[in-house]
This record gives sequence, C-alpha cells and structure tokens, in this order.
Amino acid sequence: MVFFPLGGVFRGFSAEVYDEYASPQTLVRPCPAKKILISGLDTERCHLAIAGWALVASNTSDQRGNDRMPDITQPHIVVNDMTLAYGSYVVQKNVSFTVNRGDVFIIMGGSGCGKSTTMRGLTGLKPPSAGDIFYDGVNFYGSAADRERIRRGFGVMFQSGALWSSMTLAENVALPLEQYTDLSASRIRKIVSLKMALVGLGGFEDFYPSEISGGMQKRAGVARAMAMDPEVLFFDEPSAGLDPVSARRLDDLILELSDSLKTTMVVVTHELASIFAIASNSVFLDPETKTAIAHGDPKRLLAESDDPKVIDFLTRGEGKKP
Amino acid sequence: MTPLHTKGSRQQRGGATAELAAGRTPDGRLIVRLSGPWRIDSTLPDVVPVTRELDAAPPVSGIAFDAEGVTEWDSALLVALVDIHKAAAARKIPVDAGGLPAGVADLMAIAAAVPEKKDTGRGKASEGWLARVGADALAFRQSAVDMLAFIGEASEVLVKLLTGRASFRRADFVTLLRDCGADALPIVSLISLLVGLILAFVGAIQLKMFGAQIYVANLVGIAMVRVLGAVMTGIIMAGRTGASFAAQLGTMQVNEELDALETLGISPMEFLVLPRMAALFVMMPLLCLYADLMGIVGGLVVGVGMLDISLAEYLNQTRSAIGLTNLWIGLFHSAVFGVLVALSGCLRGIQCGRSASAVGEATTSAVVTGIVSIVVATAIITVLCKIVGI
Repeated sequence: MVFFPLGGVFRGFSAEVYDEYASPQTLVRPCPAKKILISGLDTERCHLAIAGWALVASNTSDQRGNDRMPDITQPHIVVNDMTLAYGSYVVQKNVSFTVNRGDVFIIMGGSGCGKSTTMRGLTGLKPPSAGDIFYDGVNFYGSAADRERIRRGFGVMFQSGALWSSMTLAENVALPLEQYTDLSASRIRKIVSLKMALVGLGGFEDFYPSEISGGMQKRAGVARAMAMDPEVLFFDEPSAGLDPVSARRLDDLILELSDSLKTTMVVVTHELASIFAIASNSVFLDPETKTAIAHGDPKRLLAESDDPKVIDFLTRGEGKKP
Repeated sequence: MTPLHTKGSRQQRGGATAELAAGRTPDGRLIVRLSGPWRIDSTLPDVVPVTRELDAAPPVSGIAFDAEGVTEWDSALLVALVDIHKAAAARKIPVDAGGLPAGVADLMAIAAAVPEKKDTGRGKASEGWLARVGADALAFRQSAVDMLAFIGEASEVLVKLLTGRASFRRADFVTLLRDCGADALPIVSLISLLVGLILAFVGAIQLKMFGAQIYVANLVGIAMVRVLGAVMTGIIMAGRTGASFAAQLGTMQVNEELDALETLGISPMEFLVLPRMAALFVMMPLLCLYADLMGIVGGLVVGVGMLDISLAEYLNQTRSAIGLTNLWIGLFHSAVFGVLVALSGCLRGIQCGRSASAVGEATTSAVVTGIVSIVVATAIITVLCKIVGI
C-alpha cells in the first residue's frame, strides 16, 4: 500500500492550504471542502499537488474498481422514453436510462447511432421530440427557469473543443468564473492556471485556440468545462484525436474528479480501452433499432450480455472468448 | 460500361485489353470469364452479356467466376463485380466468389458487410412545384417568425442593458467600437467625398442653365446632411461590418462556440449581439457626421473649382441652407441604421447552418437584409417627417 503515505501527505498539505487561502467568498455554491481547496491553491502549490495527485492516481489504479463504487446510489439524471429527431428523421426513440450521482456514465454505440445527439438532448441543446429528462427529480425541459438553474451545474466538453476563438485559453477558462462568481481577478487567474495544469496545458494561458494543436484545444475544452467545479461533466469523445498518453491522463483525471468531487460524468465515446478503464455505468445505443439495447456497467455487460451487437462492440467484433 | 479514360487507355498503349465472357456449364451455372488488365484507365468491357444470360431461359442456378486470366486489377474490377452481384441479387441467384483473386473476394465481402442504409430519407423523388411553393411559403412564414423572435429577444437584452444588468466583456466592446468606428473612416471618407462630388456635378449642369449655380451648396448640403450621408454610411457598414458580424457569428456556430456559451447558460444574445448592436448604435451617428462633412467637402471642390464660387460664399450658403433640423433627422436615420445593420448581421450569423457554404450564405443574406432594411427604413422615416412636417 504505497499510496497511503502519499495520499496522506497530499491531503495534509491541502488542509494547510485551506487554512491559509480559502475564505467564505470563494464558495460558489455549497460544496465539499475539497472544492474550496482547489479554488485557493496557487500555481506552485498546484503543481506540487498535481504531482502528488498523479502519483496517487498511478499507484491506485488497481484499487480503483473497489474504491469507486458510490456509497449510496442516488439517481442524478433520469431519461424517460426520450425520442430525438431532426425533422422527420428519427435518430433515437424511446431511450430510457438512469445515471446515478458520481457515476462515470458512458454513452456508447457505433458511429452514427446518435450518441452526440443524445448528449445534446441531455445538455439542453436539442429538445427531445418526446419523453422527459429529470435532473434530481426536476424536469429539465419543464420550465426555462429550471433549465437555466440546472445548466449552471453543467460543464460540457465539445468534440472539437469549441473554444471561443477570439479569446485566449485563460480567458476561455475564466469566462464562466467571471460570469457567475464575484471572485477577484487574481483568484480567477489562480483557478485558471490550476485547471490548465490539470489538463497538462500549464504555460499556455496566453495562447489563442488557433495557435495550439487539435488535441490541446480539446484538453483546453476540458479545462473550461471544469472551471466551475460542475455537478455534471459532459465529454463528447474526449480521447478521440489525443495521443495515448494524454488520453490515459484524461481518463485518470475523469476518474479522480468523479472520486474526489463526486462529479457525475457523462462520456460519449467508443474507445474500448477508455470505456473499460473508467466506466461504472453505461447505455448502448443501436443505430438499427434506433434505441438503447443495453444498460449497465460495461464490464458486467461484457460478462453477462447475450446481445451479439453489444458483445461485438465490446470485443471489437471478435466475439466473447470462452 | 463506357471507358472512363479513352485517352490513356492501355489498349492504345499497346497492351492487352480487359475481357469478359459469360458461358454456361451443363448443370445450368453461369461461368463469368475475366481476363486481361482490369484497370481504371483501360477500356473496360460491359457486363451486359452477364445480365443477358441471367435473363435468358433456362434460368441460371448460380454464378461462378474464372479469373485466371486477369493480369492486374483495381477498383474497376470491383465496380464491375458489384454490378454483377446486384444483378444476381435482384434475381435471387447465388454468387460464388471462389474463382476471384483472393483480395477481390475479401474486398467484396467487406463492402457487403454493412447493408446499405435505406431509411435515411435522402434521394426521395422530387416533389411537384405546388408542394415546393407550399414548402417555400411555410419556410417564409417560419423565417418571419424567427426574425420577430430575434427582435423580441434583442429588445429584451436592450432593457437589460439600460437597467445595467447586461453582462458582456468590456474588452470585446472596446474592440467592436474600434472595428465599427475608426477602422471604417477611410472607406467612409472616400465614398462620401465622391458622392458629394457627383451630386455637385450633376446639380451644377442643371443649375448653371438658370445661372443658379450657388444653389449647388444647398443641394449637396441638404441632401448629404438630411439623408444621403446616413444612407451611404449605412450601406457601407452593412457591406463591411454587417457582413463581418454574420461571418463571425456564423463561424462560431460552425465551431459549436455558440453551443458552448449556451450550455454555460450565457445567452449569445446578451454576450455577442448586444455589444455589437450597442457599438454600431454609438458609432454610426459619428460616422454619419463625418460622412456629411466629407460630402460637403466634395461639393465644395466642384463649387469652388468649376463654378467660380468663392470658398466663403459656398460655406455661407451651405450654413444657411442646412439648419439643425436636417442634421438631427440625419443623425436619427443613422442611429436607426446602426441597429438595423447590427441586427441583420447578427440574426443571419446566429441562424447560420453548420458548413462553410452556410457561412457564405449567411454573409450574403446579412448584407441583403441590411440594405433592404435601410432602404425601407429611409422610406418610412421620410414619410413620417412629411406627416410631422419637418
């Protein structure tokens, strides 16, 4: 158990930072203590902390499967008989699934099955033509006021990053903080450099999106999505276009955030390695029947499902090994 | 099959030609014999002999291939085989790909692995003209509703701005002010100077006949200050700034940047449209004032240079002719145009589809909408002034 001392050091160190820097006004909304810590860290301490964090992460990877089971499974997002259509072309119909709080929830399926559209439905960009979505029991498409309030707790990473091209990376990450908090400019700058460091882009604060590579833009998109420590983080194909090491680091980050902040993660992906590494729950969308044909932990699906489509997908078409 | 390339075909270069022959075995199977180079740039035989055999009596029980003679092949062979497969499938005749070169059979299997998607709703037969007119009418109605909704939302954020609750980035607003103000000065100078000059020229020829050339100053002064200065700036800004707004917002739409704002709960209306509207509303009257001045200078050049009117005389005549009312009317025009140009640019940008050509269409449409609305607004304001009597 090498990781325990390291974890202890890291946590003790955090507590010290908390005493020194955090003040009540850094609280954006009621949240676990760790969120305050993050808001209060300055750059050097961040790097130290992240180094510690990375070590903890790499040493606990085998432990994770057990650690990550949420203590109490509490439904966070409930999708009920949702139908999504562009005009008369139905993408998905009668899709139902439940995402529990703290889940790393994968929306998977072959290309063109409507994964991204489903995510657009969940984030409020594509109202479903039938069915309902509930966040903590509140109907998301019920009233505009509810939707606005629920959306404040979202962080969304788009497939291509979708960074605002007229702003630098730092300004991109800072915008949600400027809009919704009263934090001082210097504190915002600290939070921004922490988030940038978390995605491995420390030092690129003053670059414009057009000046960095596609994979970096994607990671900057993740930093922006995390800016407000959201309750739900949506990722649209996070690892597509990333090099294997960055993809792995992003997976670790997703796991760590879900572990420590109990953030609910909704990830659209079809990277098998990533699915098995991070998922605790999933839904499988089928382009032919245009609906969800499997729901649950992908590892369990692989072991228990009899559906040849699901098994083909989860084994790259090789079929289940006896 | 017609040859894809006749010019550089292998036949003309002296090589062998691709050949296809169909023959039956005693047990009723059809053997398709392929030989020669099956390349995209060679003359290719037709698959008609095969289909003819398939249709001939007695019915064929299966198709097999003999491809021993094929010296080289590429997609050309695959395309011909797909045709044969389709013809066979339509007649429910089994095809045995065994005799084909190994790679060919594999590629055919991969191409057939995922069945063709039939329910995409594309490639439907074209509708009659009545249906098209109907669809266009509905689309027109929808676009009118969208425009009204957009104007409604814009008014809503305007109220927010006036009550001090609107939030957008100061830095963006300052950049926009410069973009729609100082940066437009050169083109505004050139156009208004020339318009003043042309007006004076045309007027001078007529007025000279009555010996009333001094009234060129009245003509140019009143026309520029009351309406033309504002209209010319409006049209310049529609082509320059309105188009740029549409392209900016359209590209943001393509890159999902607007979606990113929306998922954060930041209204693109407040964050992007409002500062643009405000910037043009502020800068247009200033630009108009400047255009008026340049127009008068243009007239002055003609008056003093061509009509032997002295500088002081021309300026005096202009001053007595214009009057403050005309100036205010002109400035009012330009403030209205500022809002119209910004609205049409932003509306088309936000409505933009998700492709490069959509951005082009949005830009075109923004300029057209901008100019049309400027002309219509000018007419309305002129009639209103007439009714009020100013």
